[in-house]
Amino acid sequence: MVLRRRLRWIGLLTLVMLVAMTGCKKKPVAPPPTPPPPPAPAAPTATLRATPSVIEQGQSTTLSWNSTNATELRLDPGPGSVGPQGSSSVTPDRSTTYTLLATGPGGRAEASARVTVNAPPPPPPPARMSAEEAFARRVRDAYFDFDKSDIRPDARVTLTQTAEFLREYGNVRVLLEGHCDERGSTEYNLGLGDRRANAARDFLISLGIAGDRMQMVSYGKERPVCTESNEDCWQRNRRAHFVMLK
Amino acid sequence: MRRRLSLALAALAAAAVLPVCLQSQQDWFRTGTGVGVEKVRLAVPAFAARSAEVQTAASVFYAVLRDDLEASGVVELVSPSFQPLQVPSLPGELNAEAWLQAPTGAHMVAYGNVSFAENQLLVSAWLSDVRNPQAPPVLAKRYRGDLTEEQARQLAHQFADDIIERLSGGVPGIAQTQIAFVGDRSGNKEIWVMDYDGHGQRQITRQGLICLTPRWSPDKSRLAYTAFERASASSEVTRTAVHLYSLVMNRRIAFPYLGGTTTTPAWSPDGQELALSSSRTGDHEIYVVASDGGRLRRLTYSAGVDISPAWNPVTGKQIAFVSDRGGSPQIYLMDADGANVERLTTGEGYAVSPAWSPNGQMIAFAWQRNNSNFDLYVMDVATRQTVQLTHDAGRNEQPTWAPDGRHLVFQSTRSGRNQIWMMLADGAGLRQLTFEGSNTAPHWSPR
Repeated sequence: MVLRRRLRWIGLLTLVMLVAMTGCKKKPVAPPPTPPPPPAPAAPTATLRATPSVIEQGQSTTLSWNSTNATELRLDPGPGSVGPQGSSSVTPDRSTTYTLLATGPGGRAEASARVTVNAPPPPPPPARMSAEEAFARRVRDAYFDFDKSDIRPDARVTLTQTAEFLREYGNVRVLLEGHCDERGSTEYNLGLGDRRANAARDFLISLGIAGDRMQMVSYGKERPVCTESNEDCWQRNRRAHFVMLK
Repeated sequence: MRRRLSLALAALAAAAVLPVCLQSQQDWFRTGTGVGVEKVRLAVPAFAARSAEVQTAASVFYAVLRDDLEASGVVELVSPSFQPLQVPSLPGELNAEAWLQAPTGAHMVAYGNVSFAENQLLVSAWLSDVRNPQAPPVLAKRYRGDLTEEQARQLAHQFADDIIERLSGGVPGIAQTQIAFVGDRSGNKEIWVMDYDGHGQRQITRQGLICLTPRWSPDKSRLAYTAFERASASSEVTRTAVHLYSLVMNRRIAFPYLGGTTTTPAWSPDGQELALSSSRTGDHEIYVVASDGGRLRRLTYSAGVDISPAWNPVTGKQIAFVSDRGGSPQIYLMDADGANVERLTTGEGYAVSPAWSPNGQMIAFAWQRNNSNFDLYVMDVATRQTVQLTHDAGRNEQPTWAPDGRHLVFQSTRSGRNQIWMMLADGAGLRQLTFEGSNTAPHWSPR
């Protein structure tokens, strides 16, 4: 019983001492005289300029900046960390706002410059070639051996390409002309030219081209493309020739 | 009288002896009166001009008369330098002895005069037999026409024909015949017509595309030919068709388009039908059609090109044609209904352009034997024996017979480019008929 009373007295005493000490603190005791506060550090400044500010796509512009009271400068996007003054050439591919962030003891400053990039108009999407152009590029004569109307391997290739063209351009109708070289007789060559036009047409039909899209005429040896008497010219004349009908 | 008869018989015998000749081994044969029979020696002095105004006509008449007689192949003309100085203009002025003896040595003399009577050109002409002392006129003729050079030519042609007919025992003269052909001098191939001697070449068609293969109708009034045409006025589609042209009305006659590539028309001997070739079924076949384009019937049924039909002009019962059914173009024969097809040529090389002689016994054609040029040949149809007519002179094609069966006209490149040439059926007497542009595909008219 006595112990408990003693503890109570110690606690009370501690508490009084604490309050006293605290109160001591709050006692308006004349502090020692404080030194005058140091001057606040100057705030940084930053300027950023783009010259020129409007460019065509692909051209360059020069960014120039200046700053004061900055210890750290960042130029974004682009060079990143830069000196307090300087310039840099940039070639943005689209309009960009460049920002200079200057940091110093006095704080931060920002400057920005907008570069407007005028892109050329986008190229038009490639137009679908006209039927006439495609015909001129893709449809070729089919050539034959002397006195024959058989479809040779090389003629197969050109006629297959012609069939592809005709499939793609489904409205096109053609005239097949059969031709011969000068060596045979006029009359018989009218027949042979007709056989050649027919052979080419039959081959195209076998590749699925409708027969009513193809007219035929035989010119025999009446419309040669050349007149020399040598095998080179004769071969050029032994042909099935295509004409696109309007 | 007896002389005339024997002369006529000799001429007929000569014509009949032709097949015998072909059986001989020699490459050349001779036709007409050229076989072991003396040709008639004919003297033709200048015709007297009775007045100044007919001088030109008389000269033209004389020149054309001599030319026609020279070309006939029936007579041997006495050279003017061997003629006596005294020239008769009437029978009474003819001194038979002077013309019979050397150096003249004439059998016959053709003479006369040209005058202007009743506003017309008048030619009085005689043909006298000077081996007979009385020298009786065998012919006594009067020919009338306008006073023009053209008419003077025509009168000369008439007298020449009359002489030839008399001296060859009835075989007709050709001096008034014509030749249709294809000429390109207007810028593109069109049908042209000229006198048989090359005079008076005139353009018939004016289509502006391509015309080929002209054929006279048997009555001489129409031409059938192959023509390129547009499918319609506004169409770019061209096709090949048969056209008919009336020389009487000077315009085309309607004929239907038969389909495909239709070509090479040939008149039947009676002029009622045309044989032709058409690929209307996809393959070239021979058809026969009425001259108005109706009643089309098909004759051949063979894969390959069947083209260039030609009727037997005497019987009308056979048709020769070109076919490549055996591989290369050859000449075939079939009945006029398409039956009994047989090959006539050997199968070697490339044989085309069959042309029947007027007597229906021979077929002339163009043949390119292996590794050589095109040359003209004549085949005796009965024996199949063949004789070559042209040798080593350019490319020779498209033979066509004169109505007298003694002359052929054809196209040849022997002068450099294709021109029309005439020759006797034995290959002699060559003369060039066309000179301007390129000329091909001749066909000789009927009389």
